[in-house]
Amino acid sequence: MRRFASLIETLDSTNKTNAKVAALTHYFKEAPPEDALWAVALLSHRRPSRPVSTTQMRVWAAELVQLPEWLFEETYHIVGDLAETIALLVQQEKKGNTPALSECIEEIIAVKSKDEAEKKTYILEQWKSLNTFERFVFNKILTGGFRIGVSQKLMTRALSEAIQIEENILAHRLMGQWSPQQTTFKQLLLEPNPEDQISQPYPFFLAHAMENDFENKFDVTNWHVEHKWDGMRAQLIVRKGSSFLWSRGEELITDKFPELACLATALPDGTVLDGELIPFKEGKIGDFNGLQKRIGRKMITVKLKEEVPVVLMLYDILEWEGKDIRALPLHQRQKYLSALYQQVKNDNLPLLLSQVMTFTSWVEVANERKKATEKRSEGLMLKHKDSPYGVGRKKGNWWKWKSDPKTIDAVLTYAMRGHGRRTNLYTDYTFGLWEKEELVTFAKAYSGLTDSEIKKVDQYVKKNTLDRFGPVRQVKPELVFEIAFEGLAPSSRHKSGVAVRFPRILRWRHDKKSDEANSLEDLKKLLP
Amino acid sequence: MPLLEFTSKGIYCKKAAVYLDPWRAVDKALISHGHSDHARWGSKHYITQEINVPILKHRLGAISVSSKKYGEVFSINGVRFSFHPAGHVPGSSQIKVEYKGEVWVFTGDYKTQPDGISTPFESVKCHTFITECTFGLPVFQWEEPKKVHQKINEWWADNRTNGTTSLLMGYSLGKIQRLLKHLDPSIGKIYTHGATEQMTQVLRSFIHFPETELITKDTSKKEIQGQLVLAPPAVLGSAWSKKLGPLSTGYASGWMAFRGARRRRAVDRAFVLSDHADWKGLLNAIKASGCEKVITTHGYTDLFAQYLREHGWDAATEKTQYEGETLETTLAE
Repeated sequence: MRRFASLIETLDSTNKTNAKVAALTHYFKEAPPEDALWAVALLSHRRPSRPVSTTQMRVWAAELVQLPEWLFEETYHIVGDLAETIALLVQQEKKGNTPALSECIEEIIAVKSKDEAEKKTYILEQWKSLNTFERFVFNKILTGGFRIGVSQKLMTRALSEAIQIEENILAHRLMGQWSPQQTTFKQLLLEPNPEDQISQPYPFFLAHAMENDFENKFDVTNWHVEHKWDGMRAQLIVRKGSSFLWSRGEELITDKFPELACLATALPDGTVLDGELIPFKEGKIGDFNGLQKRIGRKMITVKLKEEVPVVLMLYDILEWEGKDIRALPLHQRQKYLSALYQQVKNDNLPLLLSQVMTFTSWVEVANERKKATEKRSEGLMLKHKDSPYGVGRKKGNWWKWKSDPKTIDAVLTYAMRGHGRRTNLYTDYTFGLWEKEELVTFAKAYSGLTDSEIKKVDQYVKKNTLDRFGPVRQVKPELVFEIAFEGLAPSSRHKSGVAVRFPRILRWRHDKKSDEANSLEDLKKLLP
Repeated sequence: MPLLEFTSKGIYCKKAAVYLDPWRAVDKALISHGHSDHARWGSKHYITQEINVPILKHRLGAISVSSKKYGEVFSINGVRFSFHPAGHVPGSSQIKVEYKGEVWVFTGDYKTQPDGISTPFESVKCHTFITECTFGLPVFQWEEPKKVHQKINEWWADNRTNGTTSLLMGYSLGKIQRLLKHLDPSIGKIYTHGATEQMTQVLRSFIHFPETELITKDTSKKEIQGQLVLAPPAVLGSAWSKKLGPLSTGYASGWMAFRGARRRRAVDRAFVLSDHADWKGLLNAIKASGCEKVITTHGYTDLFAQYLREHGWDAATEKTQYEGETLETTLAE
């Protein structure tokens, strides 16, 4: 625990990638394998299930440090992180033997089945015997989510340096469902059993946003163009008569899409496909909101399945006849994919093939991009015809050329304190659009401003507060911002009647007064 | 009528026609300490503790100022005033105001931990205590300063071994000198940025510090390699600091207790060291003053006042333009 806490502290206190990799590599080399495995698990968001609720933690902490609950809550809102708040409030009473990371987690797992009194005794005991940063890390293990700027890729790189196994092989071994409770460092990383691998997905290959001036840099005839379908990226695996569906976030989502189960027998064994899950009903692509409904539900009812049927729009083939063919050039993989699709397709099969287009000029490509809204895509994907299927987000072979975002001018109405590096600053904003004399909330956004703009808005918020609701302040509706978003759809869940996707602040409209901002009516005109 | 009122120009004593740390130009201003949010430009006459006199002259130029010793009582129209150590920075004072047996104390900024350069905080009995509460949240609990200084010296020694120059940043008045006082000159040589050097020179007439050398155009990268450079926080990422060669950056502030603030500052090492009282320091100072009434002026004023009310004090908040230790810039120096 001490070693792991010190690793997290080091990772947390630098923003230099090399320093992070060095710290991780050092840890993986030095730590006992059972600790190293848990470190890998925690850093890839695999944590033991939560033994106590955050409410219990809040109440116990307030009681322990003898603070009224209201002050504890206010303090928590200012600090912005429960784990950190408790770490700072509680004082170390005695220095004991700090347990190893794996021991500590075993204790956490064991305490889950105990009664409340025993849980409380255990948690308080830990809080009192750890130092401030260890207490913070302990709380993070309890509540989940480290957010310390260590991506899966960075961790894999360090692990690769430590155990001298190639990065992409490790990336593969680390994917999927595993838990340190069921495996060991050696088993998972050093000697994987091929039998365990049938559900293992390949790492996704991701595209970068198109660079400027590409028309002059690239020869259009080298590029295969597809629409960037507006759904959820997924990987379908068919091996040994079973099918597995993985999301890009490495979640196994097979059970959420029962209509794809038939593919286990429809497709030959040893097939892995990359595609996009999209809502598709009566020959038409539906809107993204429907899909989100399906992802959000724990149980997929027959009704919901009928309301929002889903198909897999195929982009690529990664494994064919049991062989990893990611290294083959794209045009060849697309030939295999097309042949496979023609061979299996029928009207009842939930599969579509994303059309591959070639052009002779960039002007034609730009014209195709303009059809995105009509075709219900987010824009275009450009893939080099000879490109292999890579790992992660790499520049050069795959580009996304999204449609220009839609924008609207809205008024800042509420502000909330930020989290993480924006703690103690008002950085999370709510925006409204006019409906008659009233501002109706239409979106929340927090990204898009520079640090110096954030500072100015923060000062404005502090000086122009009309009302307070816990961490939220209602502000004088005077500041106007241009908000960009990817798409919009009617929604009964939003007060405005419209849901926008990925709203963010494009710029601060210093030139506009609040009565010059757009109306809700204006927004509704943008609905497809 | 209260002995002290909060007006648009500052804290006002009508009976004596003087202001305490006014934020607008006035005829007569009593100044608690030299930071720019407390000692502002433009008043006709200033009265302050003697150590503050050269600091004020350095910052505000040719001003009319009279100097008082700690504890020296002076009367203006029957109101008795005196300055008492606040422990915040050298010269910093609580201002005691007494009229017909009623005593008010205005703290300016203060801390209860001794820092080795400021006259330590001295509790003054009063009825009404006007207090800052920059760090008036229970999460702020300062570590023993000795340990922090030890970490700073270890950091410097490590950097020296690696051939990296240490850039240590803090407020030009107070923090920098406190850091300097506790640096271990056996590790290497200490260099300064212009703003830092000037203020340190002003204070050298009262306090003994290790030697420093000003960085000029002629200072070579090679010469300062592995040494330590003291500078205001504004130099982080500036052209000036880029000329220093490979650096390890360090920043000392109470805000560094917050992980979010540490990450936003993006320095290599954050040291939690403040010249303001922490939660317990504030509460102890209030208890020791024996006051019945508390007025909170800057910091987490509302929360702190509410907590005090729940614990039996008559506590309220008044709006002022004091900033205390700011997280963002060097404004309040």
